[in-house]
Amino acid sequence: MVDNKILILPVTRIEGHAQITIYLNDDDTVKEAHFKVTDFRGFEKFTEGRPFYEMPSITSRACGICPVSHLLASAKACDQIVGIDPPKTAVKLRRLIHMGQMIQSHALNFFHLSSPDLLLGFDSNPTQRNIFGLIEREPELAMRGIRLRKFGQDIIEKVAGKKIHSSEWIQPGGAKWPLTQERATYLRDSLPKALDATQKTLNMYKQMLDGLQEEVTNFGNFPTYYMGLVTPNGNLEHYDGQLRIIDPNGAPAIECIEPTKYPDIIGEAIEPWSYMKFPYFRNIGYPNGVYRVGPLARLNIASHCGTPLADEALGEFKKIGKNSPVQSTFHYHYARLIEILFCIENTKRLLTDPDIQSEHISAKAFVNNTEGIGIAEAPRGTLIHHYKVDPQGMVTWNNMIIATEHNNLAYNMAITQVAKKYVKKRELHEGMLNRVEAVIRAFDPCLSCATHAIGHMPIDIQLVATDGTLLDHKTR
Amino acid sequence: MNTHPMKLKIDGVDVECSEGSTILTAAKTVGINIPTLCYLEGLTPYGGCRLCLVEVSGTNKLFPACATPVASGMEVTTQSPKLHEYRKMVLQTLLAERTHICSVCIANDHCELQTQTNQYGVDHVFYERNWSCNEIDSTHDFLVIDRNRCILCTRCVRACDEIEGVHTLDLKFHGKNTDVIMDQDELWSKACSCTSCRKCAKVCPVGAIYVEGENIEYTKDPQVIAFIVERRKCLK
Ligand code: SF4
Ligand code: SF4
Ligand code: FES
Repeated sequence: MVDNKILILPVTRIEGHAQITIYLNDDDTVKEAHFKVTDFRGFEKFTEGRPFYEMPSITSRACGICPVSHLLASAKACDQIVGIDPPKTAVKLRRLIHMGQMIQSHALNFFHLSSPDLLLGFDSNPTQRNIFGLIEREPELAMRGIRLRKFGQDIIEKVAGKKIHSSEWIQPGGAKWPLTQERATYLRDSLPKALDATQKTLNMYKQMLDGLQEEVTNFGNFPTYYMGLVTPNGNLEHYDGQLRIIDPNGAPAIECIEPTKYPDIIGEAIEPWSYMKFPYFRNIGYPNGVYRVGPLARLNIASHCGTPLADEALGEFKKIGKNSPVQSTFHYHYARLIEILFCIENTKRLLTDPDIQSEHISAKAFVNNTEGIGIAEAPRGTLIHHYKVDPQGMVTWNNMIIATEHNNLAYNMAITQVAKKYVKKRELHEGMLNRVEAVIRAFDPCLSCATHAIGHMPIDIQLVATDGTLLDHKTR
Repeated sequence: MNTHPMKLKIDGVDVECSEGSTILTAAKTVGINIPTLCYLEGLTPYGGCRLCLVEVSGTNKLFPACATPVASGMEVTTQSPKLHEYRKMVLQTLLAERTHICSVCIANDHCELQTQTNQYGVDHVFYERNWSCNEIDSTHDFLVIDRNRCILCTRCVRACDEIEGVHTLDLKFHGKNTDVIMDQDELWSKACSCTSCRKCAKVCPVGAIYVEGENIEYTKDPQVIAFIVERRKCLK
């Protein structure tokens, strides 16, 4: 039997580097696809021996797009090591800065990375299909994206002092400086415009959906489990709460367990062809225990958002799935927009909270526990930081599971599905290539810290037979 | 003290100062700043880092301004392309010697080595870096030493000895094996001579000695040494 493979590398307009290999059957139909991460970063190893309180700062360098989520998951693990609950204002400020992170990251994905495909068309000229092409064709939408992203960054900057890598602000047991009146007012004043931009975009997107049914049907549209954090009453949660897993029909598979119990429900497999782990749902086993995390998963598992406008939008969203979860990966985009709406409403709630400007923001303690687990919902999904330290607080063991890894098994399924639909007769055309990329981009994977949002990163596609013969080769 | 005045030129400026002054202190009197790292006002000059190297006419040798006494008739140059290159080299060797990753260092934005490095435009290290991997000693109640960031300036050693008067800290070994130690090379918690005065943390120019859980900008206060020395003079 002759196995052929098509190689697409690297994928543009996602964060970081990846390579896709599509394996063909004898009859030239697609057998399966592998999504590979070929960069090794080693955070879990090189943090060994470092003091635990350096972890927020070091681990948040894992990502230039969602460093705040790493900061929070890490700080929460550190809170457990020192054994204290941060004062309520510190928790609210941490939640607030996380809203900023969500908004800026979701806006980046939707407007800068995905809108070019959605609005200019998957088959449009790749030199135009980027944020610049979008600015030219849809200036108002592009401006909204820029405004929203700036709003998210403003929140981060006003709370922590810097737009990215604001690690000095956070500390085990709380935060280092409070939110000033002037900064809070600035943010409150920016809210109406941000809300307006979000609502307009959401409405526009809903209208566009009819024209995107082909993508909805073929972009990673399959049943999986879903995992994420929820509040004690089952609502959307990004910072704290409990872990919930639902099955492909929407029934609870794991109902609200303490996040620290994650090792009981999540197993971690490895494959020789990728540096990325393959987490799986233990109750089902590997490799069938596929679950998804991120915006789609969070909206599927949450009963409500807990804010009026987002709840209304969530109600409409849930109708797509009828009485089951919304299964198409394409709807990550939709979910992202609803989450932005929720984050803006929640930002308003936090900014008008009487506690938010209190100066009581930190509690101090040294090592009281030798293990700490911090879990938060990063823009791309559940983020787990798990550290063990010696009695002096030096890290002896570190396990991080990032959102992109949870979705790893699902990526492979989704790419296989797209490839089966669009790869024909050993031929690779531009539209197919970009659809394979686009399905990955719908998940919004963050593979490292490099951003290839704009420009022309070459894509190299090879068609190789098992004996190594190069059958076809395309570069763009 | 001998008050016999010494007359010299620094960067072309006539300077008059007392015998026993160093080039560094003489330059200061006329507002000429020479970069330093191991030097700290109030402590005996050590002359270890070589960042303060200056040129003296009549010889090819370079002299550490912090530790070189002035002499009448001296003509000193504190800024020249050659000195600039030497200082860049000094900074690079300091960076190469141990593990300096500013972005995740506790002293980021509050580090004298980083400031000098920025000032001299050292954006690359052209020497092979020696990624040290020393264990961090955080056994003291609140003081921590991370020797991976130590530049061996001995400010802490001198402050502990000359100002606090207990000499808990010292150096062991030579060359690249040199390290700051506590008492007889004990863990800090076992160094019974330490009075926990924090002077070492206040004077450390980098992020090697710090107070756990405290913002480094609150801890760092190298000027406190000169202040204490002045106060003691008044008490005499
Ligand atoms: S705390 Fe004071 S006594 Fe102890 S080592 Fe530092 S300078 Fe010396
Ligand atoms: S610990 Fe700090 S003050 Fe002491 S020698 Fe090292 S760098 Fe200098
Ligand atoms: S400051 Fe003069 S040698 Fe260090």
